[in-house]
Amino acid sequence: MIEPDGTDRHAQARRLREAWRQPTGWRYWSAVNNNVVGLWYIAVTLLFFIFGGVLALLMRWQLARPDNDFLSADRYNQIFTLHGSVMMFLFAIPIFESVSILLLPAMIGARELPFPRISAFGFWAFTIGGLFLCGSLFFDAAPQGGWFMYPPLTSRYQPGIGADIWLLGFSFIEVSAIAAAVELIVGVLRCRAPGMRLNLIPLYAWYVLVAGVMVVFAFPPLIAGTILLELERAFGWPFFDPAGGGDPLLWQHLFWIFGHPEVYIIFLPSVALIAMIVPTAARRPIVGYSWIVLAAIGTGFLSFGLWVHHMFTTGLPGVTLAIFSAASMAVAIPTGIQIFCFLATLLAGTITRSVPMLYIIGGLSTFVIGGLTGVMVAMAPFNFQAHDTYFVVAHLHTVLIAGAVFPVVAGIYYYYPLALGKLLSERLGRVSFWLIFTGFNATFLPMHLTGLMGLPRRVFTYPAGLGLEPLNLLSTAGAFVLAAGFAVMAWDVVRPKSRRPYAPRNPWNAGSVEWLQEIPGLPWGVRTIPFVDRRYPLWETPNFLRDYDAGEFFLPDAEEGRREMLVTSSIDAEPLQCMRIPGPTFITLFAAIAVGGIFIFPTFKMYSMMGVSAAVSLVVIVIWLWTGTAEIPEKARKPIGRGATAPLYLSGRHAPGWWAMGVTMLAIFSAFISLVFGYFFYWTRHEIFMPDDAREQAVWAVIALVATVAAWASTLLARKWNAADRAAAFYAGTLFGVVTAVAGGAALLAHPYFSDLNPATTVYPAIVWLLAIWSALHLAVGVIMLLYCAARRLAGRMTANYDMDIVNVALYWHFTMVTVAITIAITAGIPYLA
Amino acid sequence: MFGGSALESETRVLEALTGAGRDAAEIAELFWMMAGGAAVIWLIVTALALHAIRSRRSPWSERAGLLLIAIGGGAIPTVVLAALLAYGMPTLARQLDISTPASVRMTVVGEQWWWRVRYDLPDGSHVELANEVRLPRGRVTAVTLTSTNVIHSFWIPALAGKLDMTPGRFTHLTLEPAATGTYRGVCAEYCGASHARMAFVVEVMEPDAFEQWLAAQSRPAGAAGTAVEAGARAFRANGCGACHAIRGTLSVATIGPDLTHVGSRRSIAAASLANQADDIARFIARPNHIKPGALMPPFGMLPPDELITIAAYLRSLQ
Repeated sequence: MIEPDGTDRHAQARRLREAWRQPTGWRYWSAVNNNVVGLWYIAVTLLFFIFGGVLALLMRWQLARPDNDFLSADRYNQIFTLHGSVMMFLFAIPIFESVSILLLPAMIGARELPFPRISAFGFWAFTIGGLFLCGSLFFDAAPQGGWFMYPPLTSRYQPGIGADIWLLGFSFIEVSAIAAAVELIVGVLRCRAPGMRLNLIPLYAWYVLVAGVMVVFAFPPLIAGTILLELERAFGWPFFDPAGGGDPLLWQHLFWIFGHPEVYIIFLPSVALIAMIVPTAARRPIVGYSWIVLAAIGTGFLSFGLWVHHMFTTGLPGVTLAIFSAASMAVAIPTGIQIFCFLATLLAGTITRSVPMLYIIGGLSTFVIGGLTGVMVAMAPFNFQAHDTYFVVAHLHTVLIAGAVFPVVAGIYYYYPLALGKLLSERLGRVSFWLIFTGFNATFLPMHLTGLMGLPRRVFTYPAGLGLEPLNLLSTAGAFVLAAGFAVMAWDVVRPKSRRPYAPRNPWNAGSVEWLQEIPGLPWGVRTIPFVDRRYPLWETPNFLRDYDAGEFFLPDAEEGRREMLVTSSIDAEPLQCMRIPGPTFITLFAAIAVGGIFIFPTFKMYSMMGVSAAVSLVVIVIWLWTGTAEIPEKARKPIGRGATAPLYLSGRHAPGWWAMGVTMLAIFSAFISLVFGYFFYWTRHEIFMPDDAREQAVWAVIALVATVAAWASTLLARKWNAADRAAAFYAGTLFGVVTAVAGGAALLAHPYFSDLNPATTVYPAIVWLLAIWSALHLAVGVIMLLYCAARRLAGRMTANYDMDIVNVALYWHFTMVTVAITIAITAGIPYLA
Repeated sequence: MFGGSALESETRVLEALTGAGRDAAEIAELFWMMAGGAAVIWLIVTALALHAIRSRRSPWSERAGLLLIAIGGGAIPTVVLAALLAYGMPTLARQLDISTPASVRMTVVGEQWWWRVRYDLPDGSHVELANEVRLPRGRVTAVTLTSTNVIHSFWIPALAGKLDMTPGRFTHLTLEPAATGTYRGVCAEYCGASHARMAFVVEVMEPDAFEQWLAAQSRPAGAAGTAVEAGARAFRANGCGACHAIRGTLSVATIGPDLTHVGSRRSIAAASLANQADDIARFIARPNHIKPGALMPPFGMLPPDELITIAAYLRSLQ
């Protein structure tokens, strides 16, 4: 097919296909492409879901009758701990991230996510960490502290390695979750199809953005808490031990500052699927687009102000309870708005019934029950009764299963043809729905009553004669019906379909961008990157599909045989860069194994192996960065189609890499702020927080501050001198930065050391040491980054014009400077004032 | 395996809604009000959803849809929730009010996995017992809660909401039971292996009976009669006194539950077993079997008749 202007569309398509070709054979596992990694990720997540579900069935079997001895107490406690943890960390969060990795690029008309290797790394890290955690059950070594791991039970009363497995294993998984969130945020903000202004983006992308930002701020407090708890377990730093001035309640605060947003991180992306399916079913655009966006953002904000409602019975003052009661109820308003937007869309449309809609309506009506019991338990006085009972078990499973699992199942039915080319069975879909719906309600509705009958949660058994028997038996029967429903669905998903015909293109007659893809899909994601100026271009833009198929849009070709995608501006989606992204590689798998060692070895107190893993990780990550980032292109610009050109290299505050660095640093900074919160929490808890006899050696703190300022300033100057192409000055600046940073790090550690602070005694020296170590590590990483920049310039991989490395490192150093300054103000300044 | 709950005789359905205590009664009222409101809201939303997916009906206008969102999603929830807060917050204030002068003061300490119960008498002395709380009807009892180990939570569903027992902290709860009877209390916060077996008996008595009971409990144990003399000797000889106290004897340790009047209790082993000689013997032989992870070492190596004599001695401690 030769166009009048001489372009050969077939040759274009062939080159494009070649550039995006998937590796085959054993090299298949080196794929990094989102539509492969996304599928792996979803598959493994669903396997963990099945594992968590089997654990639930074991528990229900044990609770089918009173005083049962099917499971021992220890075994039961391991199982309920793993059930909750697996469902939260290995299913609910990763299902959001994996589905988004698979679908987000299609929805925003992009070919890929901006950092494909990060997705692959996240997948491998998640898989390794998940297997490590679940495997512990088979060695009778699983954690048994409950999924919120309250100390002192988990700090001093469970000496085995179970708690360490939980703390370190989930930290590893949280790191991969944050990595994926960074990628999704940058994807939504910087990789949308040209023309897709912020007010036009699919609602799914809005939800991903909100949930991604929530991950960035919610996970770090948990990581900070985990560090505190693991330091107490491994080295006796008494962060949660009242005898050493610690306080178990700090863990609860840090855990729930994570834990409550977590609920909405799970819920919002599931609502996002509803927001994509409902307009299709109603055959009309969503009613109240801006209402939904504002409600999603509002929910995200509010969810960070509710955590204390998990702590209503800890004895906090009434004012606190009243404020958090009111805030917890307030979150029902944006949630209600979202539900009413869907109802309004359905009412204003003409309905096509389908299996996805069956799950959505069944899920919505059940979710409303959970929402209403949520308002009830948010009311502090009623919470005094309901808290930690089966009433809460019923409530949380209702909101999570009806609010998150039902929409995910709907999404699987809806998007299966897009991902795998075939439609799932309508008949089996209905069977599975009715089994799941009935089983779910039979399991969880009775639990509201057993809770009010006085049955606490997390009991491995209950006595006969309290009237608990029939309802528990009903719950058990319901759980097996529920499981049967999932089994039917699983069969439908995995059974061989090679003899079934492919689904037609856009089988649901949807209007959103992702359905322009060919079925079966091709590895390039989109044939050409469309120009999108409508919310539902397949409905609203004339000739949209024809232009797309004809290669009329952007980047229809891969002239240089490279994988390319467009970077656009965050608000208006103007094309800014034609970004080249790396192809298949095993480095992500190696990186995941090496980084995994840093978390897994200390579980067994193998600290030297942990050091080796850290060194190997450093090497692998440097190779990764060296070979796959900030590549200098052979030409400055190239045509991107439609008569436009775009640069091939972008540095500074419009570059995706700069955004990724910024968002990552915000996450790390929130972890640091959580530790600072810990310092002030201890201070307010104790009249005597600082020891009177401290030999405060403030001179070291002053040296550390001066040296860090020097290192920071050198980095900024190095960036400037590099841009001015003053090579000698650049190298001198970097070298001076390295020397002063090393000096600053040493002085930071010398400060508590020469002040005779012993972290294993009381909580004051412990938190001071931790802040100092945290900041010193910041400086150490900064040193590596500076050396990396110098090496890049020496190797000719960074020049005055192509300076992304040093620009991003300078951004890192801003955060380092702030972190060190806060650390010194606290650890040296406060004793001086006090 | 077990003889069922030690409280089998008085089964109540929906214990938390019986309202046998002032707090629980107020919460029950709040519950019914919220549950009723929730049912109405649920019916309306579900009816609307079912109507929305009917295939044969004329579509609403977008304007009507937006109006529905503003009213149904925005205005009505805001008004309803504000009203609920206005109604519920005074209840919260009353529940947390500990200023009412208490006629009985007590301290309960959470242990793994039992309850150290201490009545703090007006004269400054204390009476320590375990796993049983008795309260005078119609009087205010002030309970101070804490823990020396992990976090527990003190909950008597029939009387009041729960309150955590956190090491290093003291929390305060007032109980004002309105009806005599026997109720069940449990630990609501997961506290390790035998969390499920950490319950206690609550007996609400007429104030006079309560006073007599407390006076009896504050007396040391009487001398062991000849019938149980062998059991008392076995108790001493096997080192039980290294952990347990029986006031009035040489056993004064406070590691395990106080046994001074253990024979008078409604149940043993934190309301896990009935207070009968064979159950006591069974517990002494294999505490771990009843309470997995229990710190008490098993005494199964003792001859069965010796276990029974110890049990008989303990039963005699009325």
